[in-house]
Amino acid sequence: MLQKLFQYQFLFEELVKRDFKKKYKRTVLGMAWSVLSPLLTLLVMRLVFTQFFGRSMVHYTTYLFCGNLVFSYFNESTSQGMTALMSNAGIFTKVNVPKYMFLLSKNVQTLINFALTLCVFFLFCVLDGITFTWKFILLLYPIVCLLLFNLGVGLILSALFVFFRDVQYLWSVFTQLLMYMSAIFYSIDGYAPMIRNLFLLNPVYLFIRYFRKIVIDAAIPSVWFHLLMAADVIIVLGLGCWIYKKYNTKFLYYV
Amino acid sequence: MSILEVNDVSIRYMTGDFKDIGLKEYVMRKLKGQYHVTEFWADKDITFSLEKGDMLGIIGTNGAGKSTLLKAISGIMEPTRGWVRREGTIAALLELASGFDGDLTVRENAYLRGAMLGYTRKFMNEMYDQIIEFAELKDFEDRPFKQLSSGMKSRLAFSIASLVRPDILILDEVLSVGDGAFRKKSEAKMRDIIQGGTTTILVSHSIAQVRQMCSKILWLHKGEQVEFGDDVQGICDRYQAFLEKK
Repeated sequence: MLQKLFQYQFLFEELVKRDFKKKYKRTVLGMAWSVLSPLLTLLVMRLVFTQFFGRSMVHYTTYLFCGNLVFSYFNESTSQGMTALMSNAGIFTKVNVPKYMFLLSKNVQTLINFALTLCVFFLFCVLDGITFTWKFILLLYPIVCLLLFNLGVGLILSALFVFFRDVQYLWSVFTQLLMYMSAIFYSIDGYAPMIRNLFLLNPVYLFIRYFRKIVIDAAIPSVWFHLLMAADVIIVLGLGCWIYKKYNTKFLYYV
Repeated sequence: MSILEVNDVSIRYMTGDFKDIGLKEYVMRKLKGQYHVTEFWADKDITFSLEKGDMLGIIGTNGAGKSTLLKAISGIMEPTRGWVRREGTIAALLELASGFDGDLTVRENAYLRGAMLGYTRKFMNEMYDQIIEFAELKDFEDRPFKQLSSGMKSRLAFSIASLVRPDILILDEVLSVGDGAFRKKSEAKMRDIIQGGTTTILVSHSIAQVRQMCSKILWLHKGEQVEFGDDVQGICDRYQAFLEKK
């Protein structure tokens, strides 16, 4: 595996470069835009929802930003990852290269975006009067989990997209619904305990909640919470890898 | 010890309704029983082996299963039955001009293609000038690829590809590239590679080219192996007679 990784390192670098150039069209504004767009979403949400949900909540801006940060990374990574295989069909039907490379390179792209937004996030934390503690280091855990989770979902979606082209539309509807169910702009404290537990079934909510716990409450989630996140990641990533392994040589019939 | 062994390879190809349909349509068709997948054997029981330094020409009419067979040999596809055994590295140059990215420059595309063919960055750095010179694209290096003519594209593709020194080289309609002058140059280059001891597989519709360059011939017709052997002139004669009879 490692040897293989080394063997394809050059190809991987070139793919990342290609995706990067195509995405930003070689302009500085292109890069700024990808940070600006989550900020605009944040601004709109802040203006609209403060009236309804923000009054009783301290650090509502940070609360919102946590949700947006995680969700926009998830959304971008999965919906762009979905087309990774299909848009490179011209390559993998002609050359024998590992197909997951295309997805990985797309994910590097979105990870960079996420990192940029994360910097802005910390800046906003300062403005919002958040105290930085050593516990912030623990944020690495949800970030790594989220990265792997996105990869897993990307693997599944990109394979599905080869078989069924309307997955794209179904997925955009699904993410829309998921967005409302991830408690990005509202708090779930008002619900009955039973319903609150249902939120734990939503992996994206787990990531958001972890961020909020650390940043706003300066508290560390329980061990079970960590394990639950890890389980989600392992299931999704495992399923994705299995699909790729199984259909590795069958994809080309469908393109 | 042969360098490439293709043993009893059969490949079942699928076509039919499953392409370009959505999940909703798939479910509807399944329910109505209107979901049809046609399977056909693109290649049936192909057996041959090549020694080091052989140059195999694969001939046959359109739809004979040549390209599918090459995909199985290069590992892009897996044979439905039978097996392929390869010794050493393999490089397949199938339909050269595809797989380039129109938005990238000529230089970037060259590196990307080199990476796909398994070169190292160091190797590409050393060879880059040579590639551009051979492709005669010195003035176009930083132009977007989509501005190039199709002849130029194939020239670049060939120039990068011809640097490979794999143990097995697969060429699918590669030599019919560019204008007369470039074709001459590319054929000379190909001869260089073959004389370097590379085992080569060539698919070409130009019988004259095959007669001139190959040391073994595989004739396919509708997926079946008609003939295989080193009687190049004999098989080509019979193939030409077959074409004329049609």
